[in-house]
Amino acid sequence: MNAPTKGSRGDALKWVGRAIRRLEDPALVTGQGHFTADLPATHWVRFVRSPNAAGTINSIKTPDGALVITAADLTAVKKITPMLHKFEYKPVGQPVLADGVVRFVGEAVAAVVASSEEEAEDIADLVELDISASAPLVDARDALASGAPQIHTGAPGNVIVKGEVKTAGFDDVWASAAKIIKIDARSHRQNATPMEARAAHAAYDKTNGRVTLTCTTQMPHLMRTAIADLLGMRESDLRVIAPDVGGGFGQKMSLCTEYVLLVWLARKLKSTVAWTEDRRENLIASFHSRDQYVTLEGAFDKDAKLLALRADVVSNVGAYSCFPTTCGVEPLMAMAEMPGPYDVRQYQCLARGVLTNTCTMAAYRGVSRPIITFTLERLMDKAAKAFALDPVDIRRRNLIGTFPYTSATGLIYDEATYKETLEMAVHEIDVPAFRARQKEARAKGRYLGIGFATFSERTGYGSPAFAARGMAITPGWETVHVSVDPSGYVEARIGASPHGQGLRTTLAQIIADELGIPPDLVKVVHGDTDTAPYGWGTFASRSLVISGGATLIAARKVRAKLIKIASHMLEAAENDIVLEDGHAKVAGTDRSITIASMAREIYTQTHRFKGELEPGLSESGTYDPPGTFSNACHVAIVELDPETGFVKVERYLVAEDAGRIINPMIADGQVHGGVAQGIGNALLEEIVYDGDGGILTANLADYMPPTAHEMPHVELHHIETPSTQSITKAKGLGEGGTIGAPAAVLNAINDALTPFNAEIDTIPATPQRIRAALREATTKKSA
Amino acid sequence: MTEKIALTLTINGHAHAIAVEARRTLADAIREDCGQTGTHIGCEHGICGACTVIVNGEPVRSCLMFAVQAEGKKIRTVEGLADGDTLHAMQQAFMDHHGLQCGFCTPGFLMLAVGVLEREPDISDGDLLDVLSSNLCRCTGYQNIIKAVRAAAAEMRKRCV
Repeated sequence: MNAPTKGSRGDALKWVGRAIRRLEDPALVTGQGHFTADLPATHWVRFVRSPNAAGTINSIKTPDGALVITAADLTAVKKITPMLHKFEYKPVGQPVLADGVVRFVGEAVAAVVASSEEEAEDIADLVELDISASAPLVDARDALASGAPQIHTGAPGNVIVKGEVKTAGFDDVWASAAKIIKIDARSHRQNATPMEARAAHAAYDKTNGRVTLTCTTQMPHLMRTAIADLLGMRESDLRVIAPDVGGGFGQKMSLCTEYVLLVWLARKLKSTVAWTEDRRENLIASFHSRDQYVTLEGAFDKDAKLLALRADVVSNVGAYSCFPTTCGVEPLMAMAEMPGPYDVRQYQCLARGVLTNTCTMAAYRGVSRPIITFTLERLMDKAAKAFALDPVDIRRRNLIGTFPYTSATGLIYDEATYKETLEMAVHEIDVPAFRARQKEARAKGRYLGIGFATFSERTGYGSPAFAARGMAITPGWETVHVSVDPSGYVEARIGASPHGQGLRTTLAQIIADELGIPPDLVKVVHGDTDTAPYGWGTFASRSLVISGGATLIAARKVRAKLIKIASHMLEAAENDIVLEDGHAKVAGTDRSITIASMAREIYTQTHRFKGELEPGLSESGTYDPPGTFSNACHVAIVELDPETGFVKVERYLVAEDAGRIINPMIADGQVHGGVAQGIGNALLEEIVYDGDGGILTANLADYMPPTAHEMPHVELHHIETPSTQSITKAKGLGEGGTIGAPAAVLNAINDALTPFNAEIDTIPATPQRIRAALREATTKKSA
Repeated sequence: MTEKIALTLTINGHAHAIAVEARRTLADAIREDCGQTGTHIGCEHGICGACTVIVNGEPVRSCLMFAVQAEGKKIRTVEGLADGDTLHAMQQAFMDHHGLQCGFCTPGFLMLAVGVLEREPDISDGDLLDVLSSNLCRCTGYQNIIKAVRAAAAEMRKRCV
């Protein structure tokens, strides 16, 4: 089962680097996965949600005899109030159920409890909400306007977080520029859209008063900490299980009010309570993302060298602030990472998070970077045009090339291959051949375009990075316990919480190399706060770097102990012991002993080690790295139909560097999936609000995630620059595909639009928007 | 809407005698009344295809069919694909080609692809792409699903010969 497969790029003697099949898969392909909604329950919950974006609740009328929970029942439950200690952050509280005021369409106002989902839905339909509606603020710029209604009393002007940075000497350098290039970019709102929507199941144990909350989360331990705190219960009385989780992409990082209510109800009813979100709820009331205006100006010298960047970021954060990251996650990441892969010494930025009457915004794969990369890469293409340079040439002049590199915002970039991946992509895509084909096609009335995107992806960052943001919770480190049981099987208990990333396989590969055993002897256990060490879960392209590092540390300790045991049992010097093929061997002899017999001995015959070794074979590792930068160059070739505005991505190429690759098959899969979400972001996906704050895209046919039809074949090319900031030498790569795609696709669309003198700087670049840009260009021409 | 109708669903050759409301979808009946939770529900709008099962040889969205409509029909779900411990060629291909990540949409894709290939073993690549675009996956970007289904199609044709 674990033989190396074709295409493996690894060392044949090692497991790390091999494209082995995933250990996760047998259960998932046979229908034996365990997802939250598979659990039976005594009580089912249906939430009654606000139909109004803004207003005050006059009354909630419930049918006779129905069990309906409202805010009045929850006076002892604290509001969810995440905190940042910097950036003029204004803490705002979110009640578990709307308390007198509604702030977005979809906000939970009441919870109906019944014996089946159907009955709960029937009763929910009979609950009458009397709400005095007021005019909502849907757009962030409207919410910033003077005289706009204030959504939370603690946040005047609706600005909840505000970051400002300006490097010393900025004004002089700005004044010296040969050209200033400007872009007004707009990223519309998205929903991460995991195929499994949210679900929770809370079971009360009458024997000990504990509650087990099984839920679709990326952060089981933090859910336990947060919910216990809000409900004023002992954390040890709450067990949180993340079973198989059907995708998260950031949406399942944040604490949902619904999960808090489920635990509260299980304790109140001393019973089992479940809730399964439907798709409409997920699209309107789960977390949104990406709703930003970014104005970016670049000051260039006469040789098109970027001297300075000036940015204004306005991020529509919705009605509340998400826990644990706070709604600073988008605007502050935009501010910190705007300069991207370019060497630019001067930087000024104003980044604001603005409250509106829309669904709360939270992290989604890439967070702000798909937007800032799209904005910056469009700026570079506009600058190339202004300097009459090729888009590739302007990047060659400006990409970072010496390491370590300290950015204008103080980030330290480790060794990467910004220029090399660009050159690799340019070579593989064959730019001259494309330009010839483009010219021919234009002559026939067909419009092709090519777009490049180069970017950096900060991954695997530990506690100091979060502390720098002033976060009250710094989810940086990870702990792993590696044990060999008395039968010789290995178990790794991890605080990370993978949900599709294949970590059970890649961590097993890391352990296998250290202990000289095949990976299928290693069981990676995660997602249960009763069995996993405290940890932060899986998000932000961190798990393989941080949990992988902790795994390596723990496995090395186990390895050291195995060598000591073998030295005793084989009566040989430690230096002569090698671990391979499930055995400890004395080098150069035929003497060996199995790991299973060594394990048995250290548990059951401890006296033989004369007090020199402690009983048992279990070690712990904790890792809190500084962070490491992955990088990539994406290239898109599109064909655009000017009559309809339809865009087809005909070719897509990625040249990426994520350091040491543990499993190439899994790594490639992460890039494919990321690119698909990025193409959705670029062309298709949008949560559309009407002027009243109602959502027009409440099913998947309207929201339009890409299908197999919209996806080009993604060609991958790799460079592996071992990270010096990560002990496995691996860098994170979960988000890169999503980060690069909107930029590459938009640059390609704009290249195709060149003959029309039309431009589009809005994502998604839908056919309607492309047609509008074409019409505007025609109007300008005739004027 | 609480009156229940007694009926028998035949899933993977096993008869399940159940009593459900007329409005019960086949997807809910398979999962909750028959306990076969391998079939997943992604949208209940007939869009994502996670709940695809095979009914009388045709892949169908089980969220768009009522349980009462499936009585007397042969229903196949992901739990019935393997032959004992031997995986179906489609299951094996999804593992070999990394056609799944979180695994939530996987049962729907497996049943869609198996249903179509049993009906049209020689389906063209273009038509196969059309079929596969009827289900949604958020993790894989489809590339490895397409690769897996093409590999399984070749394997299934070989086994038929």
